[in-house]
Amino acid sequence: MSLATETTARHAESFRVTRSRRNVAWTGAGALIIVVVLALFPYIVYSGTTAILVQAFIVLTLASMWNLLAGYAGLVSVGQQAFVGLGAYFVLILAIHGTSPFAALPVAAIGCGVAALPLWWLVSRLRTGYFAIATWVLAATVMLIIEKFSSIGGGTGMPLPGLSGLSPTLLTAYTYWAGLAVTVAALVVIYLLLRGRLGLVLTAVRDDEVAARSSGSRVGLARMLVFVVAGAGCGAAGGVLAISQLQVQPSAVFSVQWTAEMAFATIIGGLGTIEGPIIGTVVYIVLQQALASYNAWYLIILGLVAIFVALFARRGLWGLVDEHLHVRLFPVGYWLRTTGPEGRRRR
Amino acid sequence: MAWVNAIIQGVLIGGLYALFACGLSLMFGVMKVVNLAHGDLAVVAGYVAIGVIAVIHIPVLLSFVIVVPLMALVGYALQRTILQGALDRSVLTTLLVTFGLSVVIENGLLQFFTANSRGIGAGLALESDSFSLGSQIQIGYLPVVIFAVAVVVLLGLQYFLSRSKYGRLIRAVADDKEAAQLAGADYRHVFGIAAGIAFGTVALAGIAYGMYSQLDPTAGTDTILLFAFAAVVIGGLGSLWGTLLGGVILGVAQEIGAQINISDEVLAGFIVFLVVLAVRPQGLISRGAQS
Repeated sequence: MSLATETTARHAESFRVTRSRRNVAWTGAGALIIVVVLALFPYIVYSGTTAILVQAFIVLTLASMWNLLAGYAGLVSVGQQAFVGLGAYFVLILAIHGTSPFAALPVAAIGCGVAALPLWWLVSRLRTGYFAIATWVLAATVMLIIEKFSSIGGGTGMPLPGLSGLSPTLLTAYTYWAGLAVTVAALVVIYLLLRGRLGLVLTAVRDDEVAARSSGSRVGLARMLVFVVAGAGCGAAGGVLAISQLQVQPSAVFSVQWTAEMAFATIIGGLGTIEGPIIGTVVYIVLQQALASYNAWYLIILGLVAIFVALFARRGLWGLVDEHLHVRLFPVGYWLRTTGPEGRRRR
Repeated sequence: MAWVNAIIQGVLIGGLYALFACGLSLMFGVMKVVNLAHGDLAVVAGYVAIGVIAVIHIPVLLSFVIVVPLMALVGYALQRTILQGALDRSVLTTLLVTFGLSVVIENGLLQFFTANSRGIGAGLALESDSFSLGSQIQIGYLPVVIFAVAVVVLLGLQYFLSRSKYGRLIRAVADDKEAAQLAGADYRHVFGIAAGIAFGTVALAGIAYGMYSQLDPTAGTDTILLFAFAAVVIGGLGSLWGTLLGGVILGVAQEIGAQINISDEVLAGFIVFLVVLAVRPQGLISRGAQS
């Protein structure tokens, strides 16, 4: 045995690479229990509570998608409201033609993913800050074009048809389950994507883009995939929004406020972790409910907190938790565990 | 004749768009900061001017003398604190922070000044007077003055950056801030000065817009930031004259769009922007000698 192989062999005994410090099955079981309990909510809580939770599901889906864009792919988009609005309009158009708005949700997601392709072709020509404003212009353009079609309500919008057959209780429950399903699907897709090849490419790009490119990572393709997935996710959330509002109004669904909310929730919770947007959404909903009677003050306060966090606590609230407890609910990285005195190290 | 009129009006309003854009261009050119709060700060300047005029009863033109230096100071202070802090961290952080500022300013204005729009009355004949060219073309004095101001500001910036000693310092810092620092320049201070100049032009743009049209809290992003950006991209990143050309093309596109259908004014401008982005992403005048 040569010296090199011998050292390798010896070292192989002293460390081990794992996804998580705890058994992933336990976290999986925990997540499953939470989802089941949440799914039972329409039977146990008042409809006012489920309405707030639907709003939380929308924000959480949006924030998770924005986190995928900005936190993992480095793409700061301030035009995601384009997809929120398109998703809402996909649901509206299908409902006008007789499809159930709930059945229209997956179509809206796929439609927005497809729409993201030509939009990506346009905005991917610009980098960082100019990319950000270009997405904003795109969102404004998409809204102006939609407003030209009077058959779908023109500039004033229209109520969502196809739901009048349901009793109010049933409608509330269905809306809630639709919101929950979209959120769970979004989180599962993001988790699986980041665990796989895409996650590795994005991590490599974050560490050193030139090195990642020169070692054969298809960076452009990875970013495009992220933009498409984020478009589809925001579209699904927009569809849920249309159902929960029972109407679609262009200035409301294409409002930049959606991007502000998803960005602030993500930044406050922790950019670049799947857990961050969840924490951020909780903060968002608590603040919004507490300040409900003070108009847009919740957004101003969220914005100020987000600026503060971006400057002074860049890993957000989840970063603080992670630093002290070393917990990952969604392990997408790796732990390097050595038996030597160095203890644990993470990658 | 209506078309000729539309083109003339478009060219003139293009001057205002170039004025919107030059602060954005300057901040990006020197510090690599894309200030997403650019338009909202212009609206703030406009509101400050309205307040100053209402409180101390000075003519509109004098309000420039107060508001422009004031905004320049704000620019210096903001750059030395929040923006520099964000720059020291990452480009991503500057975007997050300026986007946060944009939302905070816009909603703050909505809270304090409501969504009602208000204009800055020039109180002069300048505002409403016009002269005629032929029988069908009426040209307002105000757009002509704004266009002239835009050209003077662009010429002044061009001269300042390429000829003056301080301009040379700014270009040196923009090229390589560490090297400039080694040669004795305090790059943070230079960044502050550049931000001050940019904010001065932002104030000018905000007040000019308030005189030309009406200010409201959402005008900052919906109009000023997006039009400024479209002008920058159409003209070509990093070229001051390209920015003027971009502003003029955007203005003409909008006026022609309005001729076809009055509600298509903004859309026509954005479509020209998207076409330029699709076929010539480096802009009509690509980065050349004048950056």
